[in-house]
Amino acid sequence: MEELIDTLVVERPRVRRSAAFDVNKIRADFPILQQKVNGCQLVYLDNAASSQKPRAVIEATNRYYQSQNANIHRGVHFLSGLATELYEETRRKVETFLNAHSEREIVFVRGTTEAVNLVAFSYGRKYIKADDEIIISTMEHHSNIVPWQLFCEMSGAKLRVIPISDEGEIIFEEYQKLFNPRTRFVSVVHISNSLGTINPVKKMIEFAHAHSVPVLLDGAQAAPHLRVDIQELDCDFFAFSGHKIFGPTGVGVLYAKEELLQKMPPYQGGGDMIKSVSFEKTTYNDLPHKFEAGTPNIAGVVGLGAALDYVLGIGYDAIHRHELGLLQYATEALSAIDGLRIIGTAKEKASVVSFVIDGLHPHDIGTVLDRYGIAVRTGHHCTQPVMQRFNVPATTRASFVFYNTREEIDRLVEGIHHAIRMLS
Amino acid sequence: MDDLRELYQEIILDHNKNPKNFGDLPEANHQAEGYNPLCGDRVNLYLKLENDKIQDVRFKGSGCAISKAAASVMTTEIKGKTVDEAKQLFKKFQKVITGEVDADAHSAELGKLVVFAGVRQFPVRVKCAALAWHTLLAAFEDERKTVSTE
Repeated sequence: MEELIDTLVVERPRVRRSAAFDVNKIRADFPILQQKVNGCQLVYLDNAASSQKPRAVIEATNRYYQSQNANIHRGVHFLSGLATELYEETRRKVETFLNAHSEREIVFVRGTTEAVNLVAFSYGRKYIKADDEIIISTMEHHSNIVPWQLFCEMSGAKLRVIPISDEGEIIFEEYQKLFNPRTRFVSVVHISNSLGTINPVKKMIEFAHAHSVPVLLDGAQAAPHLRVDIQELDCDFFAFSGHKIFGPTGVGVLYAKEELLQKMPPYQGGGDMIKSVSFEKTTYNDLPHKFEAGTPNIAGVVGLGAALDYVLGIGYDAIHRHELGLLQYATEALSAIDGLRIIGTAKEKASVVSFVIDGLHPHDIGTVLDRYGIAVRTGHHCTQPVMQRFNVPATTRASFVFYNTREEIDRLVEGIHHAIRMLS
Repeated sequence: MDDLRELYQEIILDHNKNPKNFGDLPEANHQAEGYNPLCGDRVNLYLKLENDKIQDVRFKGSGCAISKAAASVMTTEIKGKTVDEAKQLFKKFQKVITGEVDADAHSAELGKLVVFAGVRQFPVRVKCAALAWHTLLAAFEDERKTVSTE
């Protein structure tokens, strides 16, 4: 088995030069984008909730079930070897993708949510005690709030929350003020899903490390939009989800520094995470398998590998250029609509635009847009504290990725005008 | 876009902008709060029940046009009815908004509630139209004799 893996040529796609960016060619790779919804060409602007899958991902997953499926790490037969090889190949892809130090630092999980829970209940249980403090921010997704609340309930630790400005930016001085000798952990979102804010995570990590406090980054929104370099960021934990980066649902990644994973107790017990089991003593498996109990989402991992290849094939420079263009275009076009107010106006933003319109409820806007084939997210986006901070019950959110176009933003603007006419 | 027009009828938009029976009800003896955690719609319903009869009803809250209009129209339709009559009305209303029965066949009993028949074309919005009614059922169960207005 080891030999099989070793003979595999590991691609280093992050250094691959991308061809000229052609959005129409890219769109052709996404079968779902070709369809009509309610009689209109689909305009998919709900990418921050879940992005669409390129054919390469769909085919990789299909191929896996058609001709490669078996359980991993435990069979002597051909298919088990092949499935293991594909699974572990993706782990090395993720290592390269994140510029991690070693594949032992890459743990496959169900998604960002499970990654945060794993850290809270493994690292937290060992290192965070009653009256210790954990810092999060006002703009966290519920998945980076609730696991910590559950943990605090169990341990007696306390949550401290970094306030944010009217623009939707972390107030750095307030963040600094939260540190004290009881501070044990910082868990913050890299890019806000409801505001689009790109947080100054490098600076935040440096500050935390100066106080010997480890940092987890919720990278669910970051991974699809910007190049993540773990060694440059020096974060201790980084989590992202497959389905937001054009991969399958039900799979995600927790990166953690090896020295931390070594010291952390297992999160779940089961098969594959052990070396030997007897009723007297169980020895845990090596990293990262110690944290992967039970048969994982193998097809999902294989699909995730194809998704990362696809994204790196386009290249983050091209992605960034295109998305920045969309963000500016959308911000201008939407701001020009009477009574529309954008929520989240940070200087550093990803291509996410949340907005409210005087006298119109986001759900009604969303229903009208849907009738024109335009998919947006309406609601609190699993960030109720953000809604409370801005004193709105909900927003309408359009989130763009590299396959979106200016024409689609024109359709959105036209749809909003229809909504205003219909609902006023 | 006819189904949108049917959903967002003039009457619904009017009730959304100028809801009837909106506000506090100091003499209420039953109340409940309805909340849709998915979309954040919130309805607070206040009832004055006497001998099983709805003497008065008011609501407060925030939400989409459908949920707010549904609460408003509901209050106008249930005032003066008995608890059982209101419950029966909800059953019919539910069947209409889910498309189980044709609104026209029941227009006499439904009164103004027929304007919500368009909701059947929008399954994800059924919960918006039904929120106030579920809150009403909860308020019927509410045992408190008086509601503090402090």
